[in-house]
Amino acid sequence: MILSRKELLGLTILATLILVILPLSLDIFRLNLVGKYLTYAFVALGLVLCWGYGGILSLGQGIFFGLGGYCMAMFLKLEASSVENTKIQSTPGIPDFMDWNQITALPWFWEPFRSLPLTLILVILVPVALAFILGFAMFTRRVGGTYFAIITQAVAAILTILIVGQQGYTGGINGITDLRTLLGWDIRTDNAKLILYFVNGLLLIGCLLLAFFVKHSKFGRILVAMRDKEDRVRFSGYNVSNFKIFVFCLAAAISGIGGAMFALQVGFMSPSFVGIVPSIEMVIYTAVGGRLSILGAVYGTLLVNWAKTSFSETFPELWLLGLGGLFIAVVLAFPNGLAGIYGSYIEPAIKRFLRKKSDLMPSGTLPQGSPAE
Amino acid sequence: MADETERGLESSLRRKLLMGMAAIPAIALMPKFALGAGPATAEVNTTGLAVTDDEVTVGILHSITGTMAISETGSVQAEKLAIEQINAAGGVLGRKIKFIQEDGASDWPTFAEKAKKLLVNDKCASVMGCWTSASRKAVLPVFEQYNGMLYYPTFYEGLEQSKNVIYTGQEATQQIIAGLDWVNKEKSAKTFYLLGSDYIWPRTSNKIARKHIENHLEGGEVVGEEYFPLGHTQFNSVINKIKLKKPDVIYAIIVGGSNVAFYKQLKAAGIDMSKQTLLTISVTEDEIDGIGGDNIAGAYACMKYFQSLDNENNKEFVTEFKKMWGEKTVIGDVTQAAYLGPFLWKLAVEKAGSFDVDKVAAASPGIEFTKAPEGYVKIHENHHLWSKTRVGLAQADGQYKVVFETADLVEPDPFPEGYQ
Amino acid sequence: MFADYSMAELGSIFVMQGFAGLILFSVFLLMALGLAIIFGQMGVINMAHGEFMILGAYVTYFTSQLFLNYIPSLFSIYFFLAMILAFIASGALGMFVEWAMIRHLYKRPLDTLLATWGLSLILQQLYRSFFGAREVGVELPEWMMGSIPLTDTVEVQINGLFVMGLTLAITIAVAVLMYKSSWGKQVRAVVQNRVMAGAVGINTERVDRYTFALGCGIAGVAGSAFTMIGSTGPTAGQLYIVDTFLVVVFGGAASLLGTIASAFTISQAQSTMEFFLSGSMAKVITLLGVVGILMLRPQGLFTLKVRR
Repeated sequence: MILSRKELLGLTILATLILVILPLSLDIFRLNLVGKYLTYAFVALGLVLCWGYGGILSLGQGIFFGLGGYCMAMFLKLEASSVENTKIQSTPGIPDFMDWNQITALPWFWEPFRSLPLTLILVILVPVALAFILGFAMFTRRVGGTYFAIITQAVAAILTILIVGQQGYTGGINGITDLRTLLGWDIRTDNAKLILYFVNGLLLIGCLLLAFFVKHSKFGRILVAMRDKEDRVRFSGYNVSNFKIFVFCLAAAISGIGGAMFALQVGFMSPSFVGIVPSIEMVIYTAVGGRLSILGAVYGTLLVNWAKTSFSETFPELWLLGLGGLFIAVVLAFPNGLAGIYGSYIEPAIKRFLRKKSDLMPSGTLPQGSPAE
Repeated sequence: MADETERGLESSLRRKLLMGMAAIPAIALMPKFALGAGPATAEVNTTGLAVTDDEVTVGILHSITGTMAISETGSVQAEKLAIEQINAAGGVLGRKIKFIQEDGASDWPTFAEKAKKLLVNDKCASVMGCWTSASRKAVLPVFEQYNGMLYYPTFYEGLEQSKNVIYTGQEATQQIIAGLDWVNKEKSAKTFYLLGSDYIWPRTSNKIARKHIENHLEGGEVVGEEYFPLGHTQFNSVINKIKLKKPDVIYAIIVGGSNVAFYKQLKAAGIDMSKQTLLTISVTEDEIDGIGGDNIAGAYACMKYFQSLDNENNKEFVTEFKKMWGEKTVIGDVTQAAYLGPFLWKLAVEKAGSFDVDKVAAASPGIEFTKAPEGYVKIHENHHLWSKTRVGLAQADGQYKVVFETADLVEPDPFPEGYQ
Repeated sequence: MFADYSMAELGSIFVMQGFAGLILFSVFLLMALGLAIIFGQMGVINMAHGEFMILGAYVTYFTSQLFLNYIPSLFSIYFFLAMILAFIASGALGMFVEWAMIRHLYKRPLDTLLATWGLSLILQQLYRSFFGAREVGVELPEWMMGSIPLTDTVEVQINGLFVMGLTLAITIAVAVLMYKSSWGKQVRAVVQNRVMAGAVGINTERVDRYTFALGCGIAGVAGSAFTMIGSTGPTAGQLYIVDTFLVVVFGGAASLLGTIASAFTISQAQSTMEFFLSGSMAKVITLLGVVGILMLRPQGLFTLKVRR
């Protein structure tokens, strides 16, 4: 049994929202926006696992989102840079920004991205590899907490400078733009956007299921134990660092998928995702949703982004105040985020309501509360 | 969506403009139709843009938050002024311009999102916007896909041309070559040290500069070329390197906050700009405001517009701009280029007799704007502007003194042969 | 690259380059001192540190305007008053922030990161609304600009000397305060064991508030000093935040000596490499080096031995 009844109910509601209600109620422009936000939810979900359950706060999750996105974007860019599309260049057949930088042959590390299957593997593998290196170096030496957070921040800074600086190979600060087709299928049409939205939604639900599975497995329990009393777990004979490395890699893999879906839906990839600011923002989605709540991650992401978009459309010159205020309010007043509000206010109200009903109908069953999410 | 104070300013300005209409340059551009008597909406708008019988909607898309807000504020102000003036003079095809402003927040994906909103949701007939190359690259596919019209004000690296964009700033060769020739002739400069912030515009510009120095200037030589991350604030090491190499010219394309650090540290390191020639293409009067006139006095800048330009158009423009935005505001090259956008669009719409983007794009080449503050400009086949290039000498009061201007308009050449 | 130069020229360049490294060292140390107190001593991850610095810079700007317009005769010394005002302004804001926000979060150090990030967004927008989106240019008295020629070829920047002197003074003041005064003892006692410190009669709340305010005040002074070398705008504070945290963490969070050593190491590495490499690559390599060393020695260069 992967899910408790309550979780199954929650997941069903979320899936209905993403796959039925939103597509029916929004026009394609807004739906595409939601699709973009949902790609951030992958990162937020990864953070629930590694921060909420594993106790590892990474301020560099944007790195993995970005790497996944870049892998996908490189594939799409190569397809968009076919010889006939780029015949005005001095070297046709390579991406336009390489041509501007006097690069005359495709660099070796772009070669794998000619193949879609290989690209799909790399979308997950590249973020995982970097996460493994970082995690292995850090966790076996028992670096944790704030130190780890700040080191990941520095890594994000390094990667941004590198991507921006090596513009001949990476597209520089402009990123990889003007992505058009996936295996000949135009990804820019409304129809394609709709299909990609559903693919994205299904992938997200898949990742949510995976997260629930991890949470309920023995591994998930060890994670929580580790977060609360790391030494005791270590003394019980578990190799703590391996567990941490694994969950960090898992979060990276999920973030990478999100990045790839971003590149597909938005049509470009930019180094601004790899930096520190988006990485912290993504942590904030998680915090708003409730760092311990797998479903909360999605709601938190949607809420913050919706707020950001609507604030900035209505009060373009003041929206940062609202956003900043939201973060402070969440941290000070609702440390468990939306899930906390739900758990301590809404759920009891529902229970009271149901109890009243079940008093009337003696055979009625109460939803079995699982341990607090 | 201006806030209250701005609205107050604008309405008071509108009254003044209406009262003193004879004085403003836009009078010469009086549309053929009096207000409310324009051609039928169904005729001038066949593609479902936001055009009504008395209003047409355009978008303004710049960063008003984040790191780029520093630079883009001037462009927003200029565009609002131009729209006010056009409206005061009767609007476009008898329709008042209404603008919707969106914030790109210095974030390229946000630019793409907002561009899409302006085109798809708001059906803007044209959009004035973007500043950095990265933001333009991010919105370009959106404009091409949804067939919008973008007026892009910044001097930029070239290598681009689109039916859906009018580039009202200079592309790199226009801005660079005349300046290098001038410094070579006037200052007998042979050796150059190239500096830049680390992104596409400075790198491409320096590439063009290097080609020109090495291939076209007699005895020209590049003795150093270096890039710094955006936001870098420590330049003492490179200043020492410059002292070691003793170049005739420091050619600096440093942008944003780094500029302030760079020029303050140059001055502190005792580099006297009356003896050491420094030529920049990235410091407008806007930037000098932050750097401080004292710190940059003596440097040369090469671009197409300076606030101090001595002609009637410009005097009026400067007066109106200061009236609207305050006596202390300064006007840089990009601000002036942003001011051109709404006027060039209006002229193209009137030439085409339609708001339809395809017709406006087709009508654009050959459009002449004689009342431009920088003087006469004309749209080229490639959607860039013919414009003069000028060299200014920075003064301690934060203004440039124009010391050179090309005799003719310089042809825009976004894909320069031999410079790639 | 040195072939064409005489030994004397080379010598003077190296002297100046060494001096450039020392200036960078002072800048890093000045940036990091305030954070070393807040993060190192209190464990609060203050992401708004840069914004506290910029507040100091704006205060300096307003002081300069005030002197220019009302008492131009004393303009040449306004900077000293500006620094004091910057200290007071940032310190007072710090005290308010500690009272309103931070004190609720001492048990959740990682949450201070999120809350202060929100704070930094708010401060940036406030600066933008009040002071405009554009950068402001802070005018400096003439004597602070330019350089002193030591020999024909060696020149020493005056503002560099000024920053160095200031850094030295503040470092000494902080060291004395932390390690010699009874207040410093209280701070360290609270850091090591809050409950015990409270039990022996230390007013931990007050100690926390003043410690945080002190750190913010020093940030304000740093911001004030940086108007000499950098830019003043609503978002300029973000430029400093990564470097600042790295310096503190690299030094070993709770150690003042560590912060000094780490600022020295990082600045020397960066300034030497900048001389031989391009600015971007120098930065990348420096950061990589720091991260690499932190992986090998996660506790930083210097650590306090504290029983946990």
